[in-house]
Amino acid sequence: MDLSGAKRIVIVGAGQAAAQAVQSLRQGGYAGELTIVGDETALPYQRPPLSKAYMKGEMAEERLYFRPAAWYEDNKIDVMLGSRVTSLDRAARIVHIEHGAELPYDALILATGSRPRKLPCQGADLTGVHDLRTLSDVERIRPQMVEGRRMVIIGAGYIGLEAAAVARTMGLDVTVLEMAPRVLARVTSPVMSEFYAAEHTAKGVKILTSTALSHLEGKDGQISAAVLADGTQLPADIVLVGIGILPNEELAKEAGIACSNGILTDRDGRTSDPHVFAAGDCASRPLVHYGRTGRLESVHNAIEQGKLVAAAILGQPRPAEDCPWFWSDQYDLKLQIAGLSTDYDTIVVRGDPETRKFAAFYIRNGTLIAVDAVNSPPEFLASKKLIMTGAKIAPEVLSDTSIPMKDIAAKAAA
Amino acid sequence: MAKITYVSHDGTERTVEAKNGESVMEAAIKNSIPGIDADCGGACACATCHVYVDEAFLDKAGTQEEMEKSMLDFAENVRPNSRLSCQIKVSDALDGLRVSTPESQH
Repeated sequence: MDLSGAKRIVIVGAGQAAAQAVQSLRQGGYAGELTIVGDETALPYQRPPLSKAYMKGEMAEERLYFRPAAWYEDNKIDVMLGSRVTSLDRAARIVHIEHGAELPYDALILATGSRPRKLPCQGADLTGVHDLRTLSDVERIRPQMVEGRRMVIIGAGYIGLEAAAVARTMGLDVTVLEMAPRVLARVTSPVMSEFYAAEHTAKGVKILTSTALSHLEGKDGQISAAVLADGTQLPADIVLVGIGILPNEELAKEAGIACSNGILTDRDGRTSDPHVFAAGDCASRPLVHYGRTGRLESVHNAIEQGKLVAAAILGQPRPAEDCPWFWSDQYDLKLQIAGLSTDYDTIVVRGDPETRKFAAFYIRNGTLIAVDAVNSPPEFLASKKLIMTGAKIAPEVLSDTSIPMKDIAAKAAA
Repeated sequence: MAKITYVSHDGTERTVEAKNGESVMEAAIKNSIPGIDADCGGACACATCHVYVDEAFLDKAGTQEEMEKSMLDFAENVRPNSRLSCQIKVSDALDGLRVSTPESQH
């Protein structure tokens, strides 16, 4: 459907995907009405630093924002903050906002993001128990991050481990609970899990894997302990919950738009309604380099889908779809990830983890599908390109550190 | 404060006022300078804020750390005056700085 004559574009959500979409729409020459509706009270901001530099106090709040308020004014973008969308009327093409406001649209972008999975146990609502997703979460957590306090982190995913690194660096007593037998079990290989568990342990973080939480206990409404399934009591002054996120797909679902663990879109970000698009954490999209559909929770995905959706609405050529990529900062370790390692059949390690500079390559049927690169930008950047071309590289070449990555990449491209 | 001039691939120039402490990348993004993507927001994770620094300012722009060096090694059209603009901190000494942006960041 041609929407290039659209005069009213509404974006629900005010995160990274929304910020990219408005920028790409204006850059692409869209001159019509443009409105962002977000339920948080802050202008669109970067989330990655919330569990990294910003949490540590090394980054001023001002630097989190993609653009200053004046930019939205200059670009005639109406930003409605603190506003929750209650329903979509697809027949009339109207977005309903709480307290009765309505916004008509010619094209609608759902950039509703995701929300932290809630702890399904008693005590989850005690004071001192926190999610780590929004700026206001961090505003609540930070004053409590005082040297010597006891922090229990539930979940050893990237968010949990990044927060553990920050808290430990600030001198807190940190324990991480993980139900799976290893840290980062859902997202990476045993090689990486073992490396990161050892790093955290060496820094003084207590990591308890294969450990189930029974419930949280409090005194006068304030968290006092995490109680494990075996009855062990872990005294806690503060608890962070990092057990995954869920896509905010309800608005779309209730309006009859097709969803399945995310709002389903085509390559352009278009949903089952040709006037409605979805971008970012909330969307489940074709992963063109992997021949399947999936939901990505990442900066790369939010930016790319923001661009794809803008181009589709304006009837412009589809921007290139990059290999998915991610990063994680813990202590002085920069992990850069390219590709999706699910279903690998072979791991090749290049370099020695002992040196804290190495990479794990993931191969399926001889083809490179992903890399986890620790303090190793060449391995990351070379792999990003190699993955997109479906390169086949012999394991013994990848593991040979005497051959520079640049040469490996050049040879594979030849 | 420093005035920084960004020269795009097609020769268009734009001069902005940058605050001390922010990066040359941040000043560009806040002022909608085209040609700098900065996907990772300044974490030195993506190499999409590549610029060419005017020779006269190369020393004042500081030295490259190992991470930046190896990221740049994989950027397109790298020259001796290539830098990642997220790693250049603005200071009074950079007043008058000129940087140009490559044709593409990918």
